[in-house]
Order: sequence, then structure tokens, then C-alpha cells
Amino acid sequence: MSATQFKSPVVRWIDHRLPVFSMLHHTAHDYPTPKNLNYMWNFGSLAGLSLAIMIVTGIVLAMSYTAHVDYAFDSVERIMRDVNHGWMIRYIHMNTASFFFIVVYLHMFRGLYYGSYKAPRELLWMLGVVIFLLMMATAFMGYVLPWGQMSFWGATVITNLFSAIPYVGESIVTLLWGGFSVDNATLNRFFSLHYLMPFIIAGVVVLHIVALHRFGSNNPIGIDTKGPQDTISFHPYYTIKDVFGIAVFLLLLAMAVFFFPNAMGHPDNYIPADALQTPAHIVPEWYFLPFYAILRAVPDKLGGVLLMFGAIAVLFVLPWLDRSPVRSARFRPLFRIFFWLFFVNAIALGYLGGKPAEGIYVILSRVATAWYFLHFLAILPLLSMFETTKPLPKSISEPVLGSSGRTA
Amino acid sequence: MANSDTNKNSAKGDVQEPGRRDFIVVATYAMAGVGAAAVAWPLIDQLNPAADTLALANIEVDISKIAVGQSITVKWRGKPVFIRHRTADEIARANDTNLDDLRDPEVDTARAEKPEYLVLVGVCTHLGCVPLGQKTGEVRGDYDGWFCPCHGSHYDTSGRIRKGPAPTNLEVPPYSFLSDSVVRVG
Repeated sequence: MSATQFKSPVVRWIDHRLPVFSMLHHTAHDYPTPKNLNYMWNFGSLAGLSLAIMIVTGIVLAMSYTAHVDYAFDSVERIMRDVNHGWMIRYIHMNTASFFFIVVYLHMFRGLYYGSYKAPRELLWMLGVVIFLLMMATAFMGYVLPWGQMSFWGATVITNLFSAIPYVGESIVTLLWGGFSVDNATLNRFFSLHYLMPFIIAGVVVLHIVALHRFGSNNPIGIDTKGPQDTISFHPYYTIKDVFGIAVFLLLLAMAVFFFPNAMGHPDNYIPADALQTPAHIVPEWYFLPFYAILRAVPDKLGGVLLMFGAIAVLFVLPWLDRSPVRSARFRPLFRIFFWLFFVNAIALGYLGGKPAEGIYVILSRVATAWYFLHFLAILPLLSMFETTKPLPKSISEPVLGSSGRTA
Repeated sequence: MANSDTNKNSAKGDVQEPGRRDFIVVATYAMAGVGAAAVAWPLIDQLNPAADTLALANIEVDISKIAVGQSITVKWRGKPVFIRHRTADEIARANDTNLDDLRDPEVDTARAEKPEYLVLVGVCTHLGCVPLGQKTGEVRGDYDGWFCPCHGSHYDTSGRIRKGPAPTNLEVPPYSFLSDSVVRVG
């Protein structure tokens, strides 16, 4: 890590005075990484790439967007029709938002499956949940900006969630709106915050990476690396693996952008906002649907709101709910079954959130919501007490090289 | 173990010809470079005028109301366009000028399709200010044309630069007479 290792004298000169190159080298080159990471470990870099794409395309879109109730919808249509490549830049922004959530959800399920939230990585996990929350806020406010019917009514419904708070709820909602309904003041502040929050996310991402590099990545068998024989340098082994993942990701993103650009959107958002007419069937963007299902499952206003926020809050305390010392689901046969049940349940919540709140869907939503909380609050604590785990290998090398895993 | 492998390879392959690995590395960086350039272009090109901006690129002006000796200013592409109905004296002075006296030599007949009407982009060619001389009472400079107050450029009755820092004559926009009373600029 000494500055002398750089070939270029210019780089050496700068690095001696401002050690940015050493820092980068240390972070993305030498950084020792467990040698057994599988493709589930690609989603961190993909999330970072998604954030970068969102910021770049977003800055460009802001150059042609007008945050005013009379002009917002038309300015977006102008981007689609008149601005050079505007249609493509907007479709990339729209679809990368969805892909960002896909990637982050997979990243989170990876963490859940391999126990990446356990000591000593609790703060790493919690910072991830913070990023997830910020992403949801950013995505919600971004969806309001085109000022279509779904923008307007989505904004109305979500901000009204806060009216459930006893005594001060109505005042808080008025404060959020800057008026007596979602209107120009709301649109302007949402634009301001939508522009700001990605940079806050980027800051938390830096903390997330600092916390990650403190103890290094978890790995599929979930035991600590015991020395250099268990690790390989990040570059070129994982940079090239990440690049391969990025190529696949971009291929799928391009397919969505160029062939199905509106598949993950809602057609009603191409109707200009009308404060006097709510669309017949209003749903949030797909990535909010599981939480939306939890909200609607409860027949009480405040209860629904609390449970919805609770569904995310419970993730914060997850490291203390699952006390099992074994991280990876590979060595936890029962946990593994319950993990997949939880996964299916989460998908089911997403499906139910997109269905009308009536009949069988309400009942199923309640069952799925109950299961969601049962998993975290009862099953995980009980499993950590009663589950018999399989014996752990002595080192990362052992399963591959046999008991003489020390060969280097 | 990795070390011993690389040593073997480099011993066998020797340094003379680049290995397949080098080719793959260079090809990877080259592809990444091409991809980055392809992505950068739309992001840069979106800064160029949009289709609706280009569609507004010409205007029609009624010039029948401009009395002899009077000027009007109209807006074209966000910039002022000067249309002056010149007096016979002004036309004569523009034509009598010796081309050797000009910094940017141009004959008046090349600058005005009909000598009575001079059409100019009213932007000083120095640093883009709007010269004075359109309204009665405004300073017209030493050559009775226009005078730029920012850095003191003097233009003559044909809009040609005569004195001051501006490098070239006031620009003549593309225009045509649709009839005796209507001119289309752009």
C-alpha cells in the first residue's frame, strides 16, 4: 500500500501528498475477499451501478423538466417527443428505478439467506436498511414528478398515511403538502428532495462500504476467513466477476428500455393529474406492493400504517431477533425451509398488494401479513434456540481441499 | 500456487509476443471504452436544441409600417433582429465607403437584398451585447449606424464594423421577402 508501488511518477507525486490512489488501491484492488463468493454477491455492485445510472440520467432529465403543476406533465411529454434522445433517457431512468429495486431486493434476500446481518456486520445491515428506506422515499417522490393521475393520487394517498398519527396527524399532512391538498407547493418540494436524496443515499453507501470493508464480505458458508489461504484479491478476480454481472444486468435493462419500457409502469400516469377525479383502481409502483398489501390488510387506519412501517422497522432489529451463531442457511436445515416460505410469502404479499382490496384477497393479505411478522418475531428467535445445525467446516478451503485445507 | 503458475507461463511464453491474456485485457478495456462513448453521446446531445426549439426557427415580419429612417427590432431565436428602412443618404454612404477602410470588407449590395431594407442580427460580434442606435435619440456612433455601449464598437449604415474591438460586421440573418410588405427571417 505504499505509494512506491505506482509506476507513473505523476501518480506517485500526487499520492504522496493526497493518498487517494492508495485508498482506491486498498479498497478495490488489494482488498482480500473470500474466495468462495457465488453470483449472489454480484448485487451490491449492481445496486451501486443502478444508483449511478439514476443520478446521471436524473441530472439530465432535470435540465428539461419544469416543476410546476401547469407545466410538469407537458415538460415530461416534451422530453419524450422533442428533447434529443429524451425518450431514451427518461425510459432508462424509469426502468432503472425498477431494476434498482429488483437488485436491492435480491441483495437483501441474499443477506437474509446467508446470515450477512449477524455479528460483526449488524451496522452494515442496518445501514443497508437505511439505504432501502431512502430509496423508497426517493422513488415515491420521483413518481409524483410527471404529474399524471397516478402521481397525484399516489402522492395524496401516501402523504395521507401520516394523518393516521393521533392528534397531530392532520397538521403534519398540511405541513407536508404546504397547503390543503397536494398542489404546486407539494410538487416543488418533492422535486427539490427527489434531487437531493440520491446524494444522501450515495453518502450512506460510502458508510455501507466502509462498514463492509471492516470485516470483509460474508460468504456462502458463512464462516470467517482464517487467513490469506481463504481469500483472493478483489482485483482482478471479483472486478471481472462483477463486470460479467453488469453485462447481464445491462442486457436485461436494455431489453426493458427498448422493448417493454412501460411494462413496469401504470398507463393511468399518462393522463394529466386531475384533483377532482380519482382513478378507479389505484396501485403504487410494483416495488411498494408488499408493503401496500400489509397496509390494506389491517381494518384500522392507524394500525395499518403502523404495521406497514413496522414491516421495515423489524428489519433494523433483525440481528437481535435471529440469535443463532451459525450464519449461512446451508448449515441450518430448518431455517432454510422457513427462509423459502418467507420468500414465497413476500412474493405473495406483492401479488396481493396489486389486487383490489376485496373478498378473498383481503383474507389472504391478512394471513400473509401475519406470516411476515411471525417469521421475524417468533420463528427466527425460536429457531435460534431449538434448531440443530449441521457441523461447520473448519475453513473456507476445507470443503474443497479436504481436511488439509491449509495447502497454499 | 497462483504464483508458480504465472512463473511457468511467463517462462514458456517469454516476453517477445503479447500473450492471449493481454489481448483479452486490451479488448475488454476497448469494449468498455466504446460502450462508454456510445452512452455518453445521447447524454451530451440532449443539450442541443430540442425539436420544438428548432421548429420555432423562423418568423414573418410586416415591414410596411416602418417609415423611412426608422428601425424596428424583432425577436428571432431569442435574439434581436434589426430591420432599418434606410434613407437614400444612408444607402449612398454605405455604397461610397472604400472597401480598404473596412476591417471586414463587404459591399453593401451583398448585405441588403433590397437596398432600402437592412436586416441584421442585433448582436455585437465582440461579446454579444445589443448595440444602440435603433431608437431615435440613441447614440449611433461615429459612422451613424450602431454603437455598442459595452466596449465601444462603431458600426456604419450597413452594419459593418468600423472602429472598436468587434472583429466582424453585424451578421445578416437568412431572410427573404414574401411580398413587398412581409419579410421572413430564418
